[in-house]
Amino acid sequence: MMSLLDSFLIRAALAGIGVALAAAPLGCFVVWRRMAYFGDATAHASILGVALALSFDTSIFAGVLVTSLVMATTVSTLSNRGYAMDTLLGVLAHSSLAFGLVAVSFLQGVRVDLMAYLFGDILAVGRVDLAVIWGGAALVLLLLWARWSALLTATLNPDLAYAAGIDPKREQMVLTIALALVVAVAIKVVGVLLIAALLLIPAATARPFASTPERMALIAACIGGLSALGGLQLAFTFDTPTGPTIVCLAAVLFAASSLGDVLRRTASRG
Amino acid sequence: MSLVALKGLSVQYGGNTVLSNVNFCIEPGEIVTVVGPNGSGKSTLLRSIIGALKPSRGDVTRAPGLRIGYVPQKLHIDATLPLTVRRFLSLPNRVSDARADAALHQAGAGPLAKRQMSGLSGGQFQRVLLARALLSDPQLLILDEATQGLDQPGSAAFYQQIAEVRAELGCAVLMVSHELHVVMAASDRVICLNGHICCEGEPEHVASAPEYRALFGTGTQGALALYRHEHNHTHDHGPDCDHDHGPAQKDRAS
Repeated sequence: MMSLLDSFLIRAALAGIGVALAAAPLGCFVVWRRMAYFGDATAHASILGVALALSFDTSIFAGVLVTSLVMATTVSTLSNRGYAMDTLLGVLAHSSLAFGLVAVSFLQGVRVDLMAYLFGDILAVGRVDLAVIWGGAALVLLLLWARWSALLTATLNPDLAYAAGIDPKREQMVLTIALALVVAVAIKVVGVLLIAALLLIPAATARPFASTPERMALIAACIGGLSALGGLQLAFTFDTPTGPTIVCLAAVLFAASSLGDVLRRTASRG
Repeated sequence: MSLVALKGLSVQYGGNTVLSNVNFCIEPGEIVTVVGPNGSGKSTLLRSIIGALKPSRGDVTRAPGLRIGYVPQKLHIDATLPLTVRRFLSLPNRVSDARADAALHQAGAGPLAKRQMSGLSGGQFQRVLLARALLSDPQLLILDEATQGLDQPGSAAFYQQIAEVRAELGCAVLMVSHELHVVMAASDRVICLNGHICCEGEPEHVASAPEYRALFGTGTQGALALYRHEHNHTHDHGPDCDHDHGPAQKDRAS
């Protein structure tokens, strides 16, 4: 096993699968709760975390985790205060990205490969990275599994949750933490600009094939894993950037699934 | 002991005082209806009772371990969320197939378990919501304008079902309605709300109270009288009452 991990391709594949497995079920909640922009804002803010981590010489993972948490908490607090969310999120997402990029440019003495953080660098995943990714992914899945029923009830309707003795605000917090974790582990794999795609696209692709929330999460995880493995293979074959290739494959699967759904509906109507 | 006791409840919402100094209790087994014009705080009252809103003053005391079955006014299910009726009934606590079927039957919903929630008609949807509320084996059933969007026979049949459920389970029922004439006759107690409790008591008492008439006019008195000879549930009649009750209408819309 250890010798297997020596291969950078095996490590990349395992990293991709780990992130996809955690991102897809969480992505289902992002889709159901219409939080797409929320994921974007959290992911974009993480470049600020990269800058902070580099300047304080701490681990990238910790820096990204902290800034994502702060961003996600800010957004979910503001959303409970009745701001116009799409505008606010648009402002927060892109301004935090801009501030992050400017902050990175201030770092002297460190040669920062910005592209690696914007689009990921899955082929450079080391053993420690792999351990962090799988640890984070396992934590996210554990969190989702433990709170699944409460999360689903709160997603359906906050009042139904209250009546059943569930606090929807606490469930929102669970999702916020899970989102920050996924962003922190995914930054190495697909980069800050494409994390939201890894959350949304597998979930949206799975929707037509699912009759229950659990099946949708399961199918989304499979599609996410398939995209990660297939994307890696394609990137290797055609010598394209890996993160974007993974997202491209996911998008193609989404298009196929949507088309298949439309054809099926037309057939059943005709 | 009371299931729920409100003491001096005031609720503020976005700077406005929606409810001020509301006092009342719900006792086991009684049917209480809250009536009031739009914006009078009816839904706010219910949401305070289930704990979704924090009172700005006063207290909401729930009996320890109180089981509440809640039927919301409207439940929007996002099109991206696949959800069968069967799965919905198991939220948040898993229930056996037998219990799910029994609850659907009790709520008059029929064999809908495999259907998607988004594909149900208005009447079926409300009955599935009711079935889910029943699965918690509630001591208190709370309905917030549960018949909105149903036609008149549909909502009459729905309230009929509520009365049957109450008779079967012996739970208390707290409901809000716009349909004064339909609901009032089926209640043990009516609370007329307009930011505060204007008047309360037995339906006849409230219907003739000047505060109630000031809010709703005298026209509804006629509707109430009309209704009391149309309804199809059982209740105690006065000594000079000899009309028949019609057979129960069931909502089988699909």
